[in-house]
Amino acid sequence: MCNQAVSLVAAELERQGISTVAIQLLREVAEKVRPPRALFVPFPHGYPLGRPKDPKGQHAVLEAALRLLEDETLKPPVLIDYAPPRD
Amino acid sequence: MGDLTEFSLPIRLFLKAYPWRRIDPVPWAPLQKPLAQCRLSLVSSAGFVLPGQTPFDAWIPGGDTSFREIRSDVDVRTLIDTHRSETFDHTGMREDPNLAFPIDRMRELAESGRIGSVNQRHLSFMGSITAPGRLMRQTAPEAAEWLVQDGVDMSLLVPV
Repeated sequence: MCNQAVSLVAAELERQGISTVAIQLLREVAEKVRPPRALFVPFPHGYPLGRPKDPKGQHAVLEAALRLLEDETLKPPVLIDYAPPRD
Repeated sequence: MGDLTEFSLPIRLFLKAYPWRRIDPVPWAPLQKPLAQCRLSLVSSAGFVLPGQTPFDAWIPGGDTSFREIRSDVDVRTLIDTHRSETFDHTGMREDPNLAFPIDRMRELAESGRIGSVNQRHLSFMGSITAPGRLMRQTAPEAAEWLVQDGVDMSLLVPV
């Protein structure tokens, strides 16, 4: 339900001219609801940015999300799988 | 891994049968300037409130579609988890609210110059909204108007 709620808010923000990127935790829900720009992350519910108290890991997810905002070649709806960087 | 196998059978059956709202057409607002010049606002559906704010209401049929304003200078450790759902593990985001409301990370991105600035306010929803009509008609447009007034260029949306 959280995935749908943020997707619906994202759509409204985009309608009013604000660029959005939404983290998504259920790929099949994201495919059905179709938020404009989404990063599917392979984490459990409750853990959208990975691990608690892990700034480096959280930044890696956020950087992947920011890159979707920067990519001028993407067409809506965008649903990209997050690939954690290899240490 | 975020998939349906995380949930109990009754929840899985509900989610399988649920009429997900399809966004159609998909609106599209590409950034108009470099990220380093853009103002960002967070939108989280983790049900966080500040001390003194009204908790989200777990008993509204179809879900609580209201939202709370979280100021940018918030000490993230003071955020209170009032999300009603017992279908996910709350432990991580209670230990570190940045997990679902990454305001410290946003400040770091602004300090490093990766993004232009962090908006002075952010929006907190509670995501267990099974009947999202009011969200779509009223609260999401109101939330968007707030952020437009603030001159926000981009938003990061974080579900739990």
